[in-house]
Amino acid sequence: MRVLLRNPRRELEVDGPLSVGKLLRQLDLNRESVLVVRGDTLVPGDAVLADDDEIEIRPVISGGADPMGPP
Amino acid sequence: MKCAVCRGPAVIDLRRHNANFCADHFLRFCRDQVARAIDNHAMIEPGDRVLVAVSGGKDSLALWDVLLELGYDAEGMTIGLGIGDYSAASTEAAVAFADQRGLTLQRVDLREDYDYDIPTASAVTNRVPCSSCGLSKRHLIDKAALDGGYDVVATGHNLDDEAAVLFGNVLHWHTEYLGRQQPTLAERIGRPGSGGERRVFPRKVKPLVRLAERETAAYCVLRGIDYIVEECPMAEGNRHLRYKEALNAVEAASPGAKQAFYFGFLDRAASRFASDADGADGELRACGRCGAPTTGDVCAFCRLLDRVAGHDPVPVELVRPRRGGARRRKSRTKARS
Repeated sequence: MRVLLRNPRRELEVDGPLSVGKLLRQLDLNRESVLVVRGDTLVPGDAVLADDDEIEIRPVISGGADPMGPP
Repeated sequence: MKCAVCRGPAVIDLRRHNANFCADHFLRFCRDQVARAIDNHAMIEPGDRVLVAVSGGKDSLALWDVLLELGYDAEGMTIGLGIGDYSAASTEAAVAFADQRGLTLQRVDLREDYDYDIPTASAVTNRVPCSSCGLSKRHLIDKAALDGGYDVVATGHNLDDEAAVLFGNVLHWHTEYLGRQQPTLAERIGRPGSGGERRVFPRKVKPLVRLAERETAAYCVLRGIDYIVEECPMAEGNRHLRYKEALNAVEAASPGAKQAFYFGFLDRAASRFASDADGADGELRACGRCGAPTTGDVCAFCRLLDRVAGHDPVPVELVRPRRGGARRRKSRTKARS
């Protein structure tokens, strides 16, 4: 399957079938920090990805200046 | 994996709630969590005009969308920070969201309107970019809310943001910050300058505090909201991100730890620090330049402008941090003649 990773943007080829949970462990990714997106929907942790799937592993952590901080 | 509500196929598992949801019930879950936060923390009253601080990222666009879905009168404001391609793409996402829905979005651009940008401010002041960025956002959002007669400013801070800030404040025992770390900051009435009493700071609220950022990102994907996925190049490796990573490592081993940490603080500890926050607020007067409330003669934003406006722009690449948070080097800057 083709796996798109972001920040930085790069692509990987991974052999399927493989569960989402196993793929994230294989890539050493914390499931709290990413979403797995296929097309316009999400793929849950127990779903099995097929060898011809194209998925995106999207990071969800963002950080920066706090506009609510002390005046 | 089945939806906890309808038993249809689930698209997301929320381990901290020990529940899975299909798309429709997950979106309903998000709206319910926001409504509950607004209600529990007296954030928005019926009829209030809301100004949403919109960056173009997942949190602010999800927030704006949910507030509209819940029926609130919510308009947006976005600030062009001048952080290269990142700022251009962020503004584009915010404008596209507003245009597609026919919404009002106020726009301010630091370079066009105030003759500086965040990379230049960071280089000239030799401070981390988030310092001048936060100061600029606070000043300009407050000003827009007060000038525009908005009752409340809503920002997209989520559970992860608040837990990370709390973690940092506890690590360093910033008790005055702990005393004011609330999902709702009340408006402040003052009598700065020679005029009568007036509102000097708008009410500020964080309606997403019951949603983790994985959930706000999922909300955007399922609602078809295009947001900027790329991280701010100037925030790379900052302390806030490192705290989030640390908390996510705890969360992975112990689901629910972040919400227990943050909501436990609000329920059982925050009030103990309230007097520290009160002591940190000096008497307010009007800034001699712009009239904004300040404890000195000139407000922090005008002092920043004194230092940075008119300098030649400094490229992002010269000031973006290395991994670990260290700056690349002190950049040489000069004022334009």
